[in-house]
Amino acid sequence: MTSTPTKPQPRARRLLATALRHPAVVPLGAVVLALLIGAVIIAAAGLDPLTAYAAVLEGSLDPRQLDYTFSVWGFICGMALAAAIPLRMGEFNLGGNGQMVLGGLTAAWVALNVPLPGILLVPLAVLAAAIVSGGFGALSAPLATRFGIPIIISTLLLSPIAVAVVSYLLRFQIGEAGSAVAQTPRLPDEGRMWALGDLSYSNTGLLVIIAMMVAFYVVDSRSAVGFELRVVGANRRFGAYGGVRVGRLAFGAMAAAGAAAGIVGAIIVMSSPYRLIDGALISPGYTFAGLAAALLAGGRPALIPVTAILFTILQVGGASMERSADVPRQLSDVLQGVVIVVLALRTVLDQRRTERSSA
Amino acid sequence: MQIFELSFVAAVLLAATPILYAALAGAISAQVGVFNIALEGQMLWGAFAAVAGSYYTGSAWGGVLVALLSTALFAVILAVGSARWKADPIIIAIGTNLLALGLTGFLLRVLFDVSGSFSPRGLEGLPKMAFLADVPVIGPIFAGQTLLVPLAFVVIVAVGLWLKATPAGLRLRGVGEHPEAAASLGVNVPSFQMWATIVGGALCGIAGAQLALGNVTVFTENMTAGRGWIAVAAVMLVAGRPLWLPLACLGFGAAEALGFRLQGIGAPQQLTDAAPYAITLVVLVLTRIRFARSRKVSV
Repeated sequence: MTSTPTKPQPRARRLLATALRHPAVVPLGAVVLALLIGAVIIAAAGLDPLTAYAAVLEGSLDPRQLDYTFSVWGFICGMALAAAIPLRMGEFNLGGNGQMVLGGLTAAWVALNVPLPGILLVPLAVLAAAIVSGGFGALSAPLATRFGIPIIISTLLLSPIAVAVVSYLLRFQIGEAGSAVAQTPRLPDEGRMWALGDLSYSNTGLLVIIAMMVAFYVVDSRSAVGFELRVVGANRRFGAYGGVRVGRLAFGAMAAAGAAAGIVGAIIVMSSPYRLIDGALISPGYTFAGLAAALLAGGRPALIPVTAILFTILQVGGASMERSADVPRQLSDVLQGVVIVVLALRTVLDQRRTERSSA
Repeated sequence: MQIFELSFVAAVLLAATPILYAALAGAISAQVGVFNIALEGQMLWGAFAAVAGSYYTGSAWGGVLVALLSTALFAVILAVGSARWKADPIIIAIGTNLLALGLTGFLLRVLFDVSGSFSPRGLEGLPKMAFLADVPVIGPIFAGQTLLVPLAFVVIVAVGLWLKATPAGLRLRGVGEHPEAAASLGVNVPSFQMWATIVGGALCGIAGAQLALGNVTVFTENMTAGRGWIAVAAVMLVAGRPLWLPLACLGFGAAEALGFRLQGIGAPQQLTDAAPYAITLVVLVLTRIRFARSRKVSV
């Protein structure tokens, strides 16, 4: 770009330029672009994009369906936390599945085996899940700092191990005897998440997840640890030079991320149908929907609940899109992927912007 | 159970070959300084394209060609995004992995009206080298394999020597070693990175083709099942040096083949499924202990 001397711009153009620099432009643009690309894919398949998208919205925002939609939103928010906390310091946690399943297993075991009244048993089961999954998530930190195995790799290698072990335990050790499906027996009444009024899907677990999001927001914006996370995320060497103990920070971030995923697993198991079923925690794809939501929010705590709405609508509406518009529900995965790719490529826009502002 | 019988060697090679091609792709990327974790999705796309290509052209080699070209095209997203536009290759790769998973499932429904898996009657698989059957030792190992299996080793040695002994290979290594120094000597750094990633895509296409038309003759949703991640770990294990890859990949192949055997005598499938990951992790830790000693001072 040639460096022409700055001449006074017309007001409208200046306003437009300011508007384009708003932080919401990039994520919104990514979503719009992804939806357009999705529409092209649907049309190329000989189907009607408008009917498909309408079905997605109807299926997920139908008032009778909202109870279920909100419960899914909670799970996606929880898994978004599991991705966002390490993302804040520039690390990727791709092991959400393993952490979630371990949490589910722990909660189910506690609920089935500890004879306590519900008022104590429910918090104990959730806490136990958080501790076990948190410990499992934190394993990746020493692997990175002591052995130089990147967190993204170790979480990915550890996750299928946990999933396989839980699946094995369900089928051969603690599963319900005589059942064709590998699953635990139904949890006793004391071990079930407390209901919220007469809602059948959303329960107290949703409040737990909202509390976790608030806690992440407060820690991120108001505490020294949150500041350290962001400094290390912005520039690791600078953070270390400034006295941040990066290894310890990674340990804490991965423990918190694992705990968040574990709590999601616990809540799913302690909600209807009140058992841990082999594969049931993983198959809805909350982990990657959460990761996508966290990336779209740029890890910023205040934005996660918003970006999670989008992926909740895609997730819940995907099924009804398949039923009424005959568009395969895998389109939800396609759109998630496209959103992430478009987001990653936004650097093009950033470069143009810096060029323009420096010109 | 005899581990050292020749049919076991054959099973190890069969399990290792797709990982070998994908790991070679990862190693070439590592040599130009791009952390390529898109292998899983690219291999999955390659597997789908190979089956679709074989179905439409009626020839298995047609399927391989379709897989090779379309996966190279798929890799252009990562190549241009990371090399030209300086976007984060990790985030792009997470996106393209999801995209491949969704798109293959979507196209399975739209093109072939099936979900889960696709193996129409008459789907042409890659031919086996049956003419070797009577050769001692080589016969039992290679007669049941496709040509892509021995070719993997040829390609790896060729790439390894090319990197070591040619001027272009030297430049390519320089790009990864010290991009600024390479650029100051007139090497076009982004161009090397881009083409390395695209060639890697083609290799992942071959990996997928071998998986879907060689190991079996079917496409199933998410059939790569983590092999691309094992390949990423293999690249880390050998620090991106292609000539060492066969050693690492045959190790993983052995873990998988051993798992199958153990299943045959009654070991639970869930635990043998976890074995390749556990072994990968343990080997990574063991090889990194030296790294740990050298790092202890600075952390």
